[in-house]
Amino acid sequence: MELFSAFNISKQFSGHKALDKVSISIPEGSIFGLLGPNGAGKTTFIRIINQIIAPDEGQLFFNGRELKPNDIYNIGYLPEERGLYKKMTVGEQSMYLAQLKGLSKHEAQKRLLYWFEKFEMRSWWNKKIEELSKGMQQKVQFLITIIHEPKLLIFDEPFSGFDPINASMLKDEIIAQKDKGATVIFSTHNMASVEELCDHIALINNANVVLDGPVRGIKKTYKTNTFEISCNNYQGELGAILPSAFTIIKEWTDHDLRMASIRIPDGASPNQLISALLPNVTLHSFSELIPSMNDIFIRVVTENKSEPVLQA
Amino acid sequence: MHKIILIIKREYLTRVRKKSFLVMTILGPLLMAAIVVVPIFMATRGNEMKTVAVIDQTGFFFEKFKDTDNIKFHYLVSDIASAKANFRKSGDYALLFIPRTEVSIPTNAILYAEGSVSISIKSYIRNVMTKQVEDMKLEAKLKDLQTDKKNPVNVEDILRSVKTTIDVNTIKITDEGKEEKSYTEINMVLGMFAGIMIYFFIFMFGSQVMRGVIEEKTSRIIEVIISSVKPFELMMGKIVGVGMVGLTQFLLWVVLTFGIVTVVTSTFTGKGVNRQTAEQSIVQNAAKYNPDNLPLPDTASAKKVQNEGVNQVFEALDSVNFPVMIGAFVFFFLFGYLMYGALFAAIGGAVDSEADTQQFMLPITVPLILSIVMMQLFIQDPTGQTAFWFSVFPLTSPVAMMIRIPFGVPYWQVALSMGLLILSFLGTTWMAAKIYRTGILMYGKKVNYRELWKWLRY
Repeated sequence: MELFSAFNISKQFSGHKALDKVSISIPEGSIFGLLGPNGAGKTTFIRIINQIIAPDEGQLFFNGRELKPNDIYNIGYLPEERGLYKKMTVGEQSMYLAQLKGLSKHEAQKRLLYWFEKFEMRSWWNKKIEELSKGMQQKVQFLITIIHEPKLLIFDEPFSGFDPINASMLKDEIIAQKDKGATVIFSTHNMASVEELCDHIALINNANVVLDGPVRGIKKTYKTNTFEISCNNYQGELGAILPSAFTIIKEWTDHDLRMASIRIPDGASPNQLISALLPNVTLHSFSELIPSMNDIFIRVVTENKSEPVLQA
Repeated sequence: MHKIILIIKREYLTRVRKKSFLVMTILGPLLMAAIVVVPIFMATRGNEMKTVAVIDQTGFFFEKFKDTDNIKFHYLVSDIASAKANFRKSGDYALLFIPRTEVSIPTNAILYAEGSVSISIKSYIRNVMTKQVEDMKLEAKLKDLQTDKKNPVNVEDILRSVKTTIDVNTIKITDEGKEEKSYTEINMVLGMFAGIMIYFFIFMFGSQVMRGVIEEKTSRIIEVIISSVKPFELMMGKIVGVGMVGLTQFLLWVVLTFGIVTVVTSTFTGKGVNRQTAEQSIVQNAAKYNPDNLPLPDTASAKKVQNEGVNQVFEALDSVNFPVMIGAFVFFFLFGYLMYGALFAAIGGAVDSEADTQQFMLPITVPLILSIVMMQLFIQDPTGQTAFWFSVFPLTSPVAMMIRIPFGVPYWQVALSMGLLILSFLGTTWMAAKIYRTGILMYGKKVNYRELWKWLRY
């Protein structure tokens, strides 16, 4: 079931195409990574989802029907460019923003107090925003984003400005929101966190979706049948004992172990590599090299610029 | 709708609670009170020697006008027509004419002058005449009492029947020898005051709108908010909220200024406290100008206090069409502010910091400043071409029309001006909303007019 989908969305800004027939589906209950280099059109796409700007063409669906103005009450958005009124107190500000998201005054207060208690922020209530550190401000912003318990949460670079402790707290909270049933769109350049959090990703480059699908599937598509081994008790060249179709990409030593990464041809089984090695070496470890999202990102963006969309 | 009220509330409360609001609330009335009090003070102390010619057809006031430090009286025996004809050559400051009355007691006098007559001279003449008439009445009363001794003497009754109000009307003798009743001063003051108020209001609170928008942009809260509300709602909420701050301040100023003026004038003059409200005074004046022009022996005049300067002002105020004046003021005040507020909001949306606003501020501030600069011209010739066009062109009409209104403006002109203002309010708001909507999401981009033009067509 898809919570949100976009179909053939295009948006043009005076001569420059920000999005060109972009179609994306976001499964309900997933954490969806929206990736892409700077200027690829991610922020434009997110603003279209939030109905801050309207697409030139294309359709948007939310919960199985066309996206309506009132759906903003079911969306929580933490923009990349974010801030708060510096001169306003934390409490007043939170109340104001929560009410703008459709909560009644009473409900807003109740929920805010719960979260302030939970995040140990109770003493900040009467402080002005300018008295808080950047990390503290980010916490307030995060809280305001989720306060109306939206079905869809959109985080644009949520971890910037957080120290490791707070970042991990935030990560846990994002996962907790997902467990409660929320769907999360997560836009970032931090590939490690994508790997850790996302179920699905879409990679936007030059106004187009160039890669789209479940993280596992994508990784499977991009793996290169490369294995890393460590062994000892062998004096000669590794190449001499391997069939010629097998390529040694890299060889090095780590203390008393000989290490190598070896690519096997398509259709070959890793077992063939092991059986070729076993008579000659003492094998210490054997593992498949799965490409990281970082590698995939770089590869796709640099190599596949003009290639058609790869469906995983 | 609910959200726009939330926005208005926030804009209003955060500003009203600021210290600067409190400071302005206190400083404003002090300044305005000074503007009101100083001329009155000066008027009562003018020390230039002035001569006043007197033609007294009744004969009651011969030698009664004593020369003072700065007024010299001399009596003419000629008839009024030739005196008026010669007036310009005589070098006299004013010509006092006390006409013969059918009833034995004179109740009014006419003061001819080239310009407007200083309040102190007018009130001096009035005081002398009042005293003289009252003395005469009292004398007559006492004679009655002597001949008719049966009735018990009621002092209060006597005093009340003796009480007299004298009307001194000012008539301007113009260059062409035409005469017109002159309340120009008060028209001028009212028009200028209203025009300047609107000017200040638009500038002060328009730029507050602009600063508010810039603040939201630089603090980067804007995107959080417009993911919950439409940019148009945020813009209008801000304009209305700030406007209400302005109205609050304005109201406080009026109340406080009135308070200060009352206190200060009473201390200055030392003639007892003038506790009349404007309303009382207007009621009183309405009674005073009753068609028969009979003296008022009633309680209103008995209660009348002696602060002549202020009374004179109130008297002159009577000649202004207040419903029209107040109606027009409220209208031009609100729509002028709303139109300019939208423009200021658009500028705020287009720039990143206040330093960048200069180039866009110019086309907005020039019409406003121009309408203030041209004020003198509007006052001198309120029905002229320049005044007309300025009071019809929407960017200058709020100020220019308000300056003209006290002098009397044909209704079709007022209607035209209002209609155009409403239209351009709608137009500018639509335009501003487009610029605002695009601008608030642009960070770190130097914007020029060509860029703005593009935004308008998105």
